[in-house]
Amino acid sequence: MQPLVRTAGLSKHYPCGGAIVRAVSNVSLAIEHGEFVAIRGRSGSGKSTLMNLLGLLDRPDFGDYALNGREVAGLSEDRRAAIRRHDIGFVFQVPALLPRATALENVELPLVYAGIPPSRRRRAAKDALERVGLADRGHHWPNQLSGGEQQRVVIARATVNDPALILADEPTGSLDSATSDEILSLFETLHRDGRTIIVITHATDVADRARRQITLHDGRVIKDAEVTTKNSPLNAAALDSSP
Amino acid sequence: MSRLESLRIATRALRINKLRSALTVLGIIVGVGAVVCMVSVGAGAQAEVSEKIRTLGANLLLVMPGARNSGGARLESGTQPTLTEEDAASIRRELVDVQVAAPLLSRSIPLVAANKNWVTVVAGINADYLVAREWQVASGRSFTSDEIVSGAKVAIVGSVIVEELFNGHAGPGETLRIGNVPFTVIGVLGKKGVGAAGRSQDDVVFIPLSAAKSRVLGAVRGTTREALDFISIKVSDATAMPEIERQIETLLRQRHRIRADAPSDFKIENPAEILFARGAAVRLLGSLLIAVAAVSLVVGGISIMNIMLVSVTERTREIGLRMAVGASRRDIRWQFLIEALILALMGGLVGAVLGAAAAIAIAWKAGWPILISPWAIVLACGFAGFIGISFGLYPAHRAARLDPIVALRFE
Repeated sequence: MQPLVRTAGLSKHYPCGGAIVRAVSNVSLAIEHGEFVAIRGRSGSGKSTLMNLLGLLDRPDFGDYALNGREVAGLSEDRRAAIRRHDIGFVFQVPALLPRATALENVELPLVYAGIPPSRRRRAAKDALERVGLADRGHHWPNQLSGGEQQRVVIARATVNDPALILADEPTGSLDSATSDEILSLFETLHRDGRTIIVITHATDVADRARRQITLHDGRVIKDAEVTTKNSPLNAAALDSSP
Repeated sequence: MSRLESLRIATRALRINKLRSALTVLGIIVGVGAVVCMVSVGAGAQAEVSEKIRTLGANLLLVMPGARNSGGARLESGTQPTLTEEDAASIRRELVDVQVAAPLLSRSIPLVAANKNWVTVVAGINADYLVAREWQVASGRSFTSDEIVSGAKVAIVGSVIVEELFNGHAGPGETLRIGNVPFTVIGVLGKKGVGAAGRSQDDVVFIPLSAAKSRVLGAVRGTTREALDFISIKVSDATAMPEIERQIETLLRQRHRIRADAPSDFKIENPAEILFARGAAVRLLGSLLIAVAAVSLVVGGISIMNIMLVSVTERTREIGLRMAVGASRRDIRWQFLIEALILALMGGLVGAVLGAAAAIAIAWKAGWPILISPWAIVLACGFAGFIGISFGLYPAHRAARLDPIVALRFE
């Protein structure tokens, strides 16, 4: 089977002053279906640019990117929008919800653009909200929800169209530690359900939840390693409960 | 995404900013309202003019007595009793294209029939007057030449008189006292409706001119018994009317022995022309207002564009978010374009309703027929929609060209 994500020599350069900043430089990656990957790095290491490239929000200057075996680097904006709508779910640092739409309507949004009829997308949105534990908050407005709840609505939205890839950019960046833990547990649940998740973070405790860590520095991959199981509280619990 | 979905998103966005939306479309409301109102008022005024010209009778000229010079001050027209029956007869006799020249002498006089009374215009005429005005006798008959010559005490009455004095059903043979003189009704006139002067033309009693002079009006007037109110002249050919006007002028000046340098002691009017001129004035005012409306529509379009640009900036993050979850540029473009279109169409609709209401009010006040032109409404609303689309294109284009990454980071 093809890896879900395969990049070869992926590069993105920005002119900055007189110089050219190599935000992402020659990144070659392969991420399999069902992986839970953390992309780490200090701010300015190019991890957000890499996420924009992987999420088809941005176009690389050089290199190839195959998503699910399909070459996507050179696609037109509208084709990339279609792939975002069907195959990618986004979770952003600041919970990005439409302020004038209820939680349920926010979750429905990708299905609206996918042309799913109202009754079906309402059902799918309800299911997705239930999975993140907000079944009873569907009719609340975003400003009636706590930060953690808002981020869970975002996660429901990112999963409602059953995407192949979930991309999370500092998903706990604006949350307190207890709420962060809830959100990270939610990602682990999604991972156990077989979803492919890429989390971009600068925080070690977040990265440690993933099964694989890719570290970026100045736009280059400097480390790519499996996380040892003892670091994962989930696996530790699993070990404890085993005979 | 379906356009229905775009429509839903757009209406929702507009509902959130109700006041702003309403203020934005004010220009469109005024523009469309003015167009609908003016086209409808113009059509009503035009219909009114045509109707009045029709009831007046075609190719009609009026010769009226002139103003008296009283120590340098000119008094109102008709103060100098100059026109005579002989003038009318000679106009008919001398001028080829004159079909009839009908003298008329009138005055408001109280009428009595049985136990009812009514004050109305009693006019002394001969049978030619009814020909000139193309006025039919609905029941009964017109005057015979014997009655005209002998001054018989017979009367033809208008439908209003029948209503007021005879309870709506009067036949020939009824008796009517004009002043103190009893007259026999021999005919009832067909309806003419409201005339150019704004009063009902059917509120009238016609009697033979000779009877009017000798028995009714001459006695109370205290002026020359020969003097007429005016002479109605029916010309056989419309194109000959200016020429006939000149000929009448020459003829009457001769008859009245007016020196070449003195002003005429009468004047000639073409009432259809006056009505036309009045209609033209309304039409001119209408076209001016429509020019104002066009400016207002363009200003309305600019204010839609302005508010849409503000809206795009305000909602940059929303646009980025929509793009991230899969909205294509087309989807975003449609969302904003439909928003602008709905704004303009709503303005058009409100404007059409207000314009129609104003037109009805004006028509009602002026006593014109109410003619709300449906094509004016369709055209004005269509133009408003066109304005909405054309001024919405640029903001929609700007929204669609946003870079999703930049838009998402926008604060």
